[in-house]
Amino acid sequence: MSIFDLGPHATFIWLSYIAVVIVITGLISWLIFDGQRQRAALKDLEDRGVRRRSSVSSDTGQNQ
Amino acid sequence: MQTLTQKLANPTRFMQLSGTMLPWIAGAAAVIIAYGLYLVFAVSPPDYQQGETVKIMYIHVPSAWLAMMAYGLVAVSSFGLLVFRHPLADVSAKAAVPIGAAFTFLALFTGSLWGKPMWGTYWVWDARLTSVLILFFLYLGLMALRSSMDDESTAAKLTAVLALVGVAILPIIKFSVDWWNTLHQPSTGFTSTVDPSLRVPLLIMALGFTLLFFAMHLKAMRNEILRRRVKAMRVADIAHRDGMSALSNPVAG
Amino acid sequence: MNAFWTLVGRDIRLAVREGGALGTALGFFLIVVAMMPLGLGPDLNLLSRIAPGILWIALLLAALLSLGRIFETDYEDGTLDVFATASLPLELVAAAKALAHWLTTGIPLALLAPVLGVLLNLDVKTYPVLMATMLVGTPAVSFLGAIGAALTVKARRGGLLLALIVLPLYVPTLIFGISVISASAGPSGVGSSFLILMAISLISIALGPLAAAAALRIQLQ
Repeated sequence: MSIFDLGPHATFIWLSYIAVVIVITGLISWLIFDGQRQRAALKDLEDRGVRRRSSVSSDTGQNQ
Repeated sequence: MQTLTQKLANPTRFMQLSGTMLPWIAGAAAVIIAYGLYLVFAVSPPDYQQGETVKIMYIHVPSAWLAMMAYGLVAVSSFGLLVFRHPLADVSAKAAVPIGAAFTFLALFTGSLWGKPMWGTYWVWDARLTSVLILFFLYLGLMALRSSMDDESTAAKLTAVLALVGVAILPIIKFSVDWWNTLHQPSTGFTSTVDPSLRVPLLIMALGFTLLFFAMHLKAMRNEILRRRVKAMRVADIAHRDGMSALSNPVAG
Repeated sequence: MNAFWTLVGRDIRLAVREGGALGTALGFFLIVVAMMPLGLGPDLNLLSRIAPGILWIALLLAALLSLGRIFETDYEDGTLDVFATASLPLELVAAAKALAHWLTTGIPLALLAPVLGVLLNLDVKTYPVLMATMLVGTPAVSFLGAIGAALTVKARRGGLLLALIVLPLYVPTLIFGISVISASAGPSGVGSSFLILMAISLISIALGPLAAAAALRIQLQ
């Protein structure tokens, strides 16, 4: 008997596994994409010379 | 444990620690799930009663377990936000909700596909399916409530209140659904104990899914911290520019 | 405690004078029940069998419609800010407003239910049980609903959101409300499920004001 011979209900088994694969890869790729987007936004702001609140307040206190 | 959570209260330190841990957790999850799938498809025997459809169990049960564990994590994080005002508590709660909802959906979907060959229909109002469906509605409510507010800090605290109300009501919902089910339906004959040859792959899959969940949760938390950082910097940027224009225009100051 | 009852009285007077909200809820209850036979067909046996379920679900939906007004108007005109600084704890304010909602919505809906039972060919013998379960169960509807009303007082799309949040919380009330009625026809009587329904209402009365007050405090800051 072959490994992938799953009997009369093979469709249901494959559908379940495919659904899990789709949802999990969807989640993972969204997480990676979202992370890249935030990093790009952060880098863009840093390149424009914007610094984080903590560092801004320590040098001039301008935004207090 | 208290000192660990205190250490993690600093987002920068959390980013460092989670950055080094994330590849290891993700790698371990991948290896364990791969081994689990090998056991499921190449080694484990078909169930004498259910045949090969028992293979759905290896993804259905871990999904259902994660659906509940994620809600527990949301509840603990909400408690941490409302009581201890831990700075990362809301990040953790916000990150866990969509992932938990996704696994709840998977538990329902695979359960329904398992039900068709077993019960002859895609959906039965089985006590467990019904409880998980209501859990799914609670997740949807949490996401909808958070998205309905503009102010993030208010949204975070309100969502935390709802999550804790859900924890208080969930046992009552579970109890009433069980009661309702025994009242209306004969037992589904689904209670047979799991044979060891099936239990070992199941435990390995559950472990792999759990690690996968934590890897995704850590990644989502990191993204959320970055998102808040970007937002704070944009606000600071605008405030800075307003300050500059105020300097050049003394009347406005 | 005096302030508590004054507040309950104020909310009842407001609800009675406005009148519209209660009339709308009763009208909605009536029309939902009247639509059911049109959807299900005029088979009287079927209707009388599912009548308790239809009545309970229609009651929950009708009560849901009026939940929004528990806190909304007082939030909009700033009265809640005054309550928050007053000596009466916000928990008791929330409890008073939920109690007023029960008195002005829960009880009228429960009293109307047997009249609508006639439309559904409900067995006359079950009328007392039906009304008893609704009178005992509707406090849970008002006090759990107060949580949802407090959570969504500031929200955009408040009404739909309220339904999504609150309806899952009503599951136990619905299940035991129905099971009392179906048990009353059986040999074992209504005892245990009636007591559980009461317990659910009591838990809601304890939990609802706490959670609602917490939600209001977050938004009034």
